[in-house]
Amino acid sequence: MTGIIEARGPKAAVATKASSRTRTRTRTRSGPRRRQGSHWWIHVVLGVGGFVMAFPFIWQIIMALSTNAQVTSPTPVFWPGQLQWDNFAQVFERLPFLSQLATSVWVTLIRTVAQIILCTFAGYAFARMRFKGRGLILGIVLSILLVPSQVYLISQYQIVQGLGWLDTLAGIVAPGLFSAFGTFLMRTAFLNMPAELEEAARMDGANPFQTFWRIMLPLARPSMSVLAITTVLWSWNELLWPLVVSTRAEAMPLAAGLATLSSDRTINYPVLMAASLMAMAPVLIMFIVLQSRVIDGLASSGLK
Amino acid sequence: MTTNTQRRDAVQASPPPTTKTPRATGAPRTDGLWPWLFVLPLLIGVGTFFIWPIIQTFYYSFTSWGVFGGSSFTGIANYVRLVSDPQLYQSLLNTIIYTVIVLLGIPIAVWLASLLNTPGLRFAQFYRVLFFLPYVAMPAAIALVWRIMFNGDFGIVNSFLGVFGIDGPYWISTPGFALVAVSLVGLWSSLGFSMIILGAGLKDIPPELYEAAELDGASRGRQFRSVTVPLLSPSIFFVLIVTTISSFQLFDLLYAILGPLNPVIPKTMSLVFYFYNSGFVDGDKGFAAAIAMVIFLLIGIITVIQFRVQKKWVQS
Repeated sequence: MTGIIEARGPKAAVATKASSRTRTRTRTRSGPRRRQGSHWWIHVVLGVGGFVMAFPFIWQIIMALSTNAQVTSPTPVFWPGQLQWDNFAQVFERLPFLSQLATSVWVTLIRTVAQIILCTFAGYAFARMRFKGRGLILGIVLSILLVPSQVYLISQYQIVQGLGWLDTLAGIVAPGLFSAFGTFLMRTAFLNMPAELEEAARMDGANPFQTFWRIMLPLARPSMSVLAITTVLWSWNELLWPLVVSTRAEAMPLAAGLATLSSDRTINYPVLMAASLMAMAPVLIMFIVLQSRVIDGLASSGLK
Repeated sequence: MTTNTQRRDAVQASPPPTTKTPRATGAPRTDGLWPWLFVLPLLIGVGTFFIWPIIQTFYYSFTSWGVFGGSSFTGIANYVRLVSDPQLYQSLLNTIIYTVIVLLGIPIAVWLASLLNTPGLRFAQFYRVLFFLPYVAMPAAIALVWRIMFNGDFGIVNSFLGVFGIDGPYWISTPGFALVAVSLVGLWSSLGFSMIILGAGLKDIPPELYEAAELDGASRGRQFRSVTVPLLSPSIFFVLIVTTISSFQLFDLLYAILGPLNPVIPKTMSLVFYFYNSGFVDGDKGFAAAIAMVIFLLIGIITVIQFRVQKKWVQS
């Protein structure tokens, strides 16, 4: 492990520069025929880049399995030898990790379910139903997308405080149940569906709810999964709002718990690494399992 | 991306909706109360937690708050105090520096995305996952890793610099370097997102253009400059806007990498950190509301400028 990391760093970077130069030269000489095939220098560039991207995660795992002396050693210890699994056990003993994990899970679950239901219904109505003031109401809802979150944060805090929800799950969850972005996403999905299906259902005497539920909703599943993925990611990782409405460590979700914990000097580095690794793990596992669906989902939701 | 194009194709394939057809019954189609049942739950929530707060914050920005609650109308006093507070300019400058450094990642992302989109490239999906990994990782958690990596005494960053004979600084505890460290992490975490958006744009460039350029004897570098970059300009512009707006709201990484009690914070804080500190650490909510309105205004101005510039150089 030591050897691999040391060898791949600086040398590979030098190799990249040199190879890109020779590549341009051979290209101009050998002509278009050789376009396919020799991708090796691309692999070198992307390999080095990918390694830089992944390195903090690899390093985090190594540190989580090391002793504190190894982490704080002036010469890097690339492999701890004896793996310190006990660091993970200590996370549960020394931090309110389980209650924070539970908070994170509940907050994410409740918000995701709520957003899917509320945004799908509202998105459908804005896309496909006729009612007075539709354009105006939609415009007002979408205008929220232009406003940075700091603008409503103070007032949201006042509302949550007024309801006596500070340091509670309800307080952390509340504003995130509703999403202008999700409404926009679902409205776009329904707008892009063919009108014939709906017309046919209406002709058969289905009421608007039946038309929506039986015909249109099943077609909206891909967009609903995009909404679910974006909500899970955002909710799990969010820091500012939970930090503002919760002061007790036990009431915080993981992100806020970790961010405030870092000023605690009694927790040593390997335990900190083990905690942060476990905090990220659920979302990273979701990403690695779903891969393209997460990437395409986030990219397409960003593009809209 | 695939779902999008499929949807678009489906819409194009279907005949245009026949809205003008008169109905046999003659009665205009109305959905009665149904739509209200569909939108009302969302509207109540959005009204309570978003629309009303926006109005209220605007009002708050003209009020002064006592430590134990209670507020009084003070006109533009908060704004007057704000524009004469050197911390505003320090935070603005820090935010701009951070944003500029993160934006430097866009040319890198264009280059890497074009490599990643090479037809027939093996392991492309593997690279895609690697580059996207930082974007999905919890900022508060990965920031702790970076904090140790940037440690002046035993951090791997300085060990790496040491290989080249560079004596690395105390990144986290030196004001200028602390901001650079946070910015580099910001660049690292946003690169994958930019690459994916740009990659989607690259797929839309017709391959015939490259073939034509190749027949004309254009080198790979020339093709990149004359075909890829101009045709990609709408995607580049989009990435530019999204990255600028999100960078301007820097908070998570700064808070978690440096730690709230770090003495460099006053010299390193971003606008949103300044907002957070004023409103929730000092409890000066009226003043914080004024900062929020300034952030809103600045983001609005930047967006307008970028759209103006877009008309000049983005080809559609």
